[in-house]
Amino acid sequence: MSLLLDNMPALLIAVSLFGAFLIPIFGRFLPKIRDPWVILVSFLASLIAVINAVTVFTKGTVVYVFGAAAGSSAASIDSGGLPFRIIFTIDGFGAFMLLSAAIVSFAVILYLVSSQKERSGKSEFYALYLLLTAGIFGMVSTGDMFNFFVFLEINSLAAAALVSYHRNGGIAVEGALKYLIVNTVGGLMVLLSIGLLYAQYDSLNMAVIASQMTWTTLNIVALVLFITALAMKAGTVPFHYATPDAYSVAPSGITALMVVASQAGLYGLFRILFTVYGGALNTVTVGWVIIILGILSMVIGVTMALPQKDVKRLLAYHAVSQTGYMLLGVGVALAVLGDPVALSAYGQTAMEGGLFHIINHALYKGLLFLAVGAVIYRTGVWNLNKLGGLGHNMKWTMIFFLIGALAIAGIPPFNGFASKLMIYESVFAFNPILSVIAMIVSILTLASFMKVFHSVFMGPKLPEFENVKEVPKLMIAGMVILTIFVIGFGLVPDLVVDSIVTPAADALLNQGSYIAAVLGGVL
Amino acid sequence: MIGDLLTGYGFWNPLIWVVVMVIGLLFAWLVWRCGESSYDKDTEQTKPYLSGNDEPPKGDVHIRGGNMYWGFTHALKGYYDKIIPLHSGVVNDYLTWFLIGVIVIFVVVIVI
Amino acid sequence: MPFITVALLIGIAFAIILLKKNMIKMVMGIGIMESAVNLFLITIGYREDGIAPIFTNAPEGVDMVLPTVQALTLTNIVIGVATTALMISMIMIIYKKYGTLNSDKMRRLKE
Repeated sequence: MSLLLDNMPALLIAVSLFGAFLIPIFGRFLPKIRDPWVILVSFLASLIAVINAVTVFTKGTVVYVFGAAAGSSAASIDSGGLPFRIIFTIDGFGAFMLLSAAIVSFAVILYLVSSQKERSGKSEFYALYLLLTAGIFGMVSTGDMFNFFVFLEINSLAAAALVSYHRNGGIAVEGALKYLIVNTVGGLMVLLSIGLLYAQYDSLNMAVIASQMTWTTLNIVALVLFITALAMKAGTVPFHYATPDAYSVAPSGITALMVVASQAGLYGLFRILFTVYGGALNTVTVGWVIIILGILSMVIGVTMALPQKDVKRLLAYHAVSQTGYMLLGVGVALAVLGDPVALSAYGQTAMEGGLFHIINHALYKGLLFLAVGAVIYRTGVWNLNKLGGLGHNMKWTMIFFLIGALAIAGIPPFNGFASKLMIYESVFAFNPILSVIAMIVSILTLASFMKVFHSVFMGPKLPEFENVKEVPKLMIAGMVILTIFVIGFGLVPDLVVDSIVTPAADALLNQGSYIAAVLGGVL
Repeated sequence: MIGDLLTGYGFWNPLIWVVVMVIGLLFAWLVWRCGESSYDKDTEQTKPYLSGNDEPPKGDVHIRGGNMYWGFTHALKGYYDKIIPLHSGVVNDYLTWFLIGVIVIFVVVIVI
Repeated sequence: MPFITVALLIGIAFAIILLKKNMIKMVMGIGIMESAVNLFLITIGYREDGIAPIFTNAPEGVDMVLPTVQALTLTNIVIGVATTALMISMIMIIYKKYGTLNSDKMRRLKE
């Protein structure tokens, strides 16, 4: 038992991969137990992620060295104090992302098992799904730069293959191809930057690079390539073009998980900016660059969403817009990083607001995509001009969509309000114009969701949708899990912020504690 | 259990909202109770009143999703005419924007 | 000296990806960019007059080239193979359904 507990971070990846590789065998010889096996493996992987997160929140940063005896430090004696094995460093921020990935991946697999029942090629679908989950878990736990790149590529390949699953006359494959090309170029640029950093500091470990970082020209080139490539993965304007294409044609449950994968890209960006570069940056300039990217994403995302007629493309543009909120909050914190007075006055709250928004967005965007997917599953139509009056037949789906729409617009008591309030108030102290723009974007978000809600669910019962029934119970179970968290995080926001978000913000703002945890205070 | 969320400039307590909503729903229920409860369903009594005209078929009455916010889209036509063609769907343009982004951010970080 | 080659190759690869409309040529451009990054990684590890980093029967007093970057390059080559295979299979399906390989005409997802 203690063997299991000592190797918990390795089990994160191992359980999902082991389950993924056994699925085609079960699909061939014992098809009846394939679906329960997928749900079991996903539940175990999420449980291990939650256990890891709780361990980090109670005991501090967990550093796990692959291939050495349990409990040995990263800077081992026989190498003269330099860590040379691959390590997993799970600090507060990593644990926070693990929580959000665990909740969403389990809720989505419940939905997918029921909605994919009549499709073919299910074994490969579930195997790729578990691979994507393993990739997300690995990307947010690793402490080694090249390992981060490998997990980034696993994510892009698995997600692109999953997006193209329902072929729909070739349109899904077109979206997947664009997504794959854009992410491959981004991944190659990340590898180029990692090579540049390795050439200067002779180490791939994030903590070792962080302790020796300076502001030379090559480092500036590496930083710019990192920012652009990881922002492109997260769907930031002006690199966001592939995101709506891919999100609108994917199966609905997969889109909910791809939102978490895009946010793992955002995790990488913040890790590079705050931990690897830290104080060596010119924080005001880079902070303002991130703020401008955030403002552009918010405004362009929401204004492109208003005239849309395809309901999933509309949701995808809103995903782009909400990513802008996260970048705005964290950008403000980065811009005041060098100024201790302003940092403690409003920088910490801005960082907490931005980080809290990450998990809120994963939850309510997942809920919205699952609800819209339920409508498409029953009616087969996704054009807003042809839908109407479905509230009479699909009552539960309507309630879940309403909860998700109110949460994304920032209406109390749902969780969107809590994180948006923190962002508004702290950004207002930094620069009032940014906060006003954020509030206008929030109003436009509410407007566009009222449009979707009215045109899909309200109105008289239309004759062509007479026989539409409610969706199966397993899909509703997946949506219920997400709703519980949406309402729960909204009713006790101070508990959530104190126990989950503040450790994450502290872990990011404190570059020294990360280095000390890995190198043991030696260097 | 439901405590205050401190934002540094104020606080937000969801308990206040819950209490207000409960009082509001109580009023709504009291008003609903004073309504008419004896009527025949599916007869003349439940049809909408349109000054004596016939009710058009249900599909024509419902406002479709693409037609809402026509006023907003029309008012911002100058902005939309520039932005929508940019989302062209051609992959080469996506990567052109990537390169432009790299060069612009590089110049900004070096110069400022 | 190899760094100039790397910069040239990346420049050529970007020019191909941005200007050519045929999808197969774009996949070739991405392949060129991958080879450029692999070349860059191996060049980082080069030491003047170095020998292969093998410890058995190694001559004394001679530098070895760095082995870590060679591991990075091998991993990247494998990732590149998987990505290229997936991209080409997607292009095949698009050609079967749309009948064209021109990226200007694969625009059903716009706005």
